Formats: sequence, structure tokens, C-alpha cells
Amino acid sequence: MRQGFRQSMAWLHTWAGLVTGWVMFAVFLTGTATYYRTDISLWMRPELRAGSTDSVPAAERGVAYLKAHAPRAMAWYVSVPQPDRPVIGVYWMDSLEAPLGQALLDVESGAPTRARDTQGGDFFYRFHYELQMMPTLGRWIVGAAALILFVALISGIVTHRRIFADFFTFRRDKSAQRGWLDAHNVTGVLALPFHLMITYTGIVTLGVMYMPWGVSAAYKGDELRFYVEAAQTTTWRAGAGRPAEALPLAPLLARAQREVAEPLEMVIVNNPGDANATVVAVFEEPHGLAHQHPQVAFDAVSGAVVERVGTLKPAARVFTSFMGLHEAHFASSALRALFFLCGLLGAATIATGLVLWTVARAPKAGEAPGFGLRLVRGLNIGTVLGLPIGMAAFFLGNRLLPVDLAHRATWEGAVFFGAWALAALVPLVRPHRRAWTEMGLAAGLLFGIVPVVGALTTDRGLDFLAFDAAMLGLGLALALGARKVSHYEARRQAAKAARPGPARVTEGLVEA
Amino acid sequence: MGLVSALVSPALVSKVLPVTDVSSLPDRVRLRRGWRYRSEVAARVGLAAFGGYALAALATAFLSLTLPMVRSEAVATATLISFAILAGAVIWVFAARTLLLAALGLGLPIALLGLGLWLAFDGASMGPPA
Repeated sequence: MRQGFRQSMAWLHTWAGLVTGWVMFAVFLTGTATYYRTDISLWMRPELRAGSTDSVPAAERGVAYLKAHAPRAMAWYVSVPQPDRPVIGVYWMDSLEAPLGQALLDVESGAPTRARDTQGGDFFYRFHYELQMMPTLGRWIVGAAALILFVALISGIVTHRRIFADFFTFRRDKSAQRGWLDAHNVTGVLALPFHLMITYTGIVTLGVMYMPWGVSAAYKGDELRFYVEAAQTTTWRAGAGRPAEALPLAPLLARAQREVAEPLEMVIVNNPGDANATVVAVFEEPHGLAHQHPQVAFDAVSGAVVERVGTLKPAARVFTSFMGLHEAHFASSALRALFFLCGLLGAATIATGLVLWTVARAPKAGEAPGFGLRLVRGLNIGTVLGLPIGMAAFFLGNRLLPVDLAHRATWEGAVFFGAWALAALVPLVRPHRRAWTEMGLAAGLLFGIVPVVGALTTDRGLDFLAFDAAMLGLGLALALGARKVSHYEARRQAAKAARPGPARVTEGLVEA
Repeated sequence: MGLVSALVSPALVSKVLPVTDVSSLPDRVRLRRGWRYRSEVAARVGLAAFGGYALAALATAFLSLTLPMVRSEAVATATLISFAILAGAVIWVFAARTLLLAALGLGLPIALLGLGLWLAFDGASMGPPA
């Protein structure tokens, strides 16, 4: 595009980063929150208490519920309770096209839980790769944005000629543009391996969907076979079309457990009630990077073992390790915290890059900003502060919406998007710089009151100390950031007043 | 012909400044408003998206059939690297000096991979099952 490779890459970095920035900021922030998905889910269902995690009776209760409520399903899935998820999850598939049915059951009684209806941490998890749109559309948008971000990362590295020196460079006071550039460089370079890793592994996690041509070329018409040969799943056994009584579940699960060291995670029943029904015991991932669950499949009627999921071959191990790296299931709490911080740095890199774009194009004093600049400014503040405001409102909505409200989980989503939309629209009618201060304070305040509202509306006392501390920390960070902006603004105004006349021209260049 | 030579002329692809530079703003604005410049950018974006994806898809299918491994391993390897191929193709499209070069750089490997894939499908249908 330009004369010289580096110039071309600088151009590419600027524009690839801009068009993908808003979506990827949202993906990074909600994805980062997802590292604490179970903690968020626990907080959002305060009615749930830590209970029995005895997996076999829980699996039996789940299957009994499905037998009564979804007898005609193609497949049942029962996820057994975990220490951080004290509830039985039941899911059923009526057809390949229909979305999964689902219910959460009380661990002790096996009846639908009385905990409030909410998506919990799954809301951010699903948002970060589907944007709460139609799943296919959302996934393609996120995938395309992630690939453009990957291109922006590569071209950014090429652009960056002094990667090591810039690492120690922060010229905050030289000019606003320098300051933002250095902030962008520091956050980008500090966690660069993470940014590259998380972007590529994220694409790979949905890679077979984005790039199905290898599977379809090698497995013409029998694509499911790929997952069996790659040791990801057991073979689907077709139903016989005649009913038969299945064996009791517990002995099968006990036999499977004798073969596998990991704890049981899920029980799958394919073609329930059929003479060819299959019971698959799925265990947690063994220690290590790879995303692969040991599985043993039984004939539900005869009790014979029909299949065990194979061992991973090298390429499949690399592939699944990419997925494992992205999800960080392997990470201990310290490593998880590091991933969380790196995720925040990723979001900060994108945010500073977006701001830098507007700072570099700020109009000279006296000139009105053009449409493009106003659009980007509006989208910047609407995303960078609007999304956190939506997230805080989502938490508040969880505590403040009536517990028995019909379609409660949907209403929580409406609160999230409503608050986000409001937070994106308000800055449009405010002076641009002041809007950053105001919205930053609003976001900080909303996060800050989450623990207060939580304490007033539930009787869980100090059960959520870590969550509350995180909310206060986020609130404080946002409020301090807003204060910094307003102080900077005040200093700038003072400087402007002290140097009238020609000085305004230089002011225009450092306009932030 | 006039259009083609305009698109491949490096003189048109002027020295627009890297992000760090804020001087000579009017030049930049003037250049960006040129329709030729804009159509060239649009052409490269289209080429990068569709050409890049076509190249990556063909490479994935070709490698899945020809890598000397069990087929699930070949598919996993090919799918894993396909996104690096795609990213590389996009970088190439925007790094190439002219639009024509960019298109040739994608078109040639696409043609070769297409031919290779056709032969590989042929071989796969005659040879022993993978």
C-alpha cells in the first residue's frame, strides 16, 4: 500500500486495528471476565449453597428428570455438581437444528432449582464469542474480527522498530499523542505473547467451523468421524427404532470410574429409551494443557463397553492444547490471575489504540471535528466505558430484578444492553472530554455499589469477599482514571488561558 | 487499460505517513479523498478477504489430503496452520507494491493448489482408503 514494507504495515495496523477494535475490545473484556465464570455464576445465584458433590446420585437424579420431561429427545446430557457449581445441569437435544433444552436441578432433590433464573457467568462467556446474536452470525463476526486483530498484531510488530527500547519508554508529558502511543506500546508489548496466543487459539477453538474444508475434503459426507478419529468424542450409534429398558446407571458409572482417575463431569445418553441407547461417562480433563475428556461408552441395555475415547495423536494434541491454552482450565489460581491481568492488558491495548487514532487526527483549534472523527470518538467512549457500565448494570440487575420475574434471565440481558446503549448515547450530547470523566465516574460508581446492593439484598454476609473486592477494585480504578482525565483537562484549560493567541495551534495537535 | 495502469502505478500509492506523524495533514486528506485511492483500498480489502480465504481453504483441503499422516492428524495440522496462511495472505495483499502484484501473489498459489487438490482428489478416489 505504501512505499516500503514498514509503511505498508503501519497503515495496515492503523486500519485493521480500527475496524476490529470495538468488537475485539468487547470480546477481550467479556472473555477476560470469563476466566472467573464460575465465581460470577456463584455470585449471581446467591440461593445456592455449597452442597453434596456426590456425582453418581446426582447423575441418576438428572437422568430421572430427563426421563420424565424429555422422553423423546435424541440425546440427554447431565453435568454433575462441582464444588464451584453446586447444581445439576440437565440438557436435552430434540433435533440437530433445535437449540438445546436446559434446566438446573437442585442437588439434593433433583427438582428444578429455586435459585433465581440467570445466565450467570455464561452470559459473558457466550457474549465473548457469539455477541448474544444468532450463534452462527455472532461467531463469524467474532472470528473475522479476531483474524483482523491477528493481522493487526503482526503488522503492529513490524511497525514497531524499537520494541525493546519502547518497553521502557513512557513520555506522558511530552505530548498527548506521545503519551497514548507509549501507553499503547507498553500494554501491547508487555503481554504480546499473550495477545498473539489468545487471538490465534481463540480462532482455532472454533477453527473447524471457520475452516471446515480440511474435514470435508478428507471425510466426504462423514464429518463426525473426524471428531472420533481425533479422540474428541465417541461414535454416534444409530437408534434401533424399538424401545428397551436401560440398565441402572450407577453400576455403569462405577465401572467407568474404575478405569479413569479423573472425577466424573458429565453423563450423556444417546437415543434414550431405544434398544441401541448409549451411555457415555465423560470425565474431567486430566492435568495438562490439552482440552480432552476421557470417555467410556456403554450399551445402555446390555452394559457392554462399546467404546473408549482414544489417546491424542501429536497434531490432535497440539490442536486441543491450543483450545486448552485459550480456556486456561489447567491454570492454578495464580496463573489464572495472570491470564486475567493479561486479558485486561489486551483490552487496554485495544482501548489505547482506539484513542490514539482519534488523538492523532484531532482537529486544529477552531476547526470542527469531521464526521469520521466524531463517529470514532462516539464509538470509542461508547465501547470502552459503555461496556463496563453495561457489565456493572448486569450485576446490579441480578440483585435488583424481582426474583420471581418471568423470563428473568432475559431481563438481565436487557438491563445489560439497555445500560450499555444509554451509556453510549449520553456522551454524544456531552462535550467529548468531559464525557470521558463523567462516564468513567458513572462506571466506577456502578461497580462500587455492587457489593453494597449485594449485601442489602441477600443474606450471604461475607461469602463473596473476593467478588466484592474485585468490584470495589474495578470501581476504584475507573473512578481514579476519570479523576486523572478531569485533572488533565483542568490543567489544559489553565494552560490555554495562560497562553492565548498563536499557542492555540500547538494545542490543537495535542488535543486528546 | 487506463484504470489498470492507474491502479498499478506506485506513484499513486503515495507516501502517506505512518501513524506517528501528524505533519502535512492537508496532503493526507487530499489523497484519501481521491476515488482512485479509495477504490484501490476497497479492491485490496476484497482481495484480502476473499482471495485470502480461498487460498487458506484450498491449502487446508490440499494438505488434509496429502500430508503423510493419519487423516485426522493431517486435517488437524492443516486446519491449525490455515489461519496463519490466511493472515500471511492478508499481509501480502497489503504489503505488495501494486494491486496487480498482490493479485498475482494470491492467484498463482490458488491456481497451483486448485490443480493439486484436483489431482489429490483423483488419487484419493483411486487409491486405498486413507
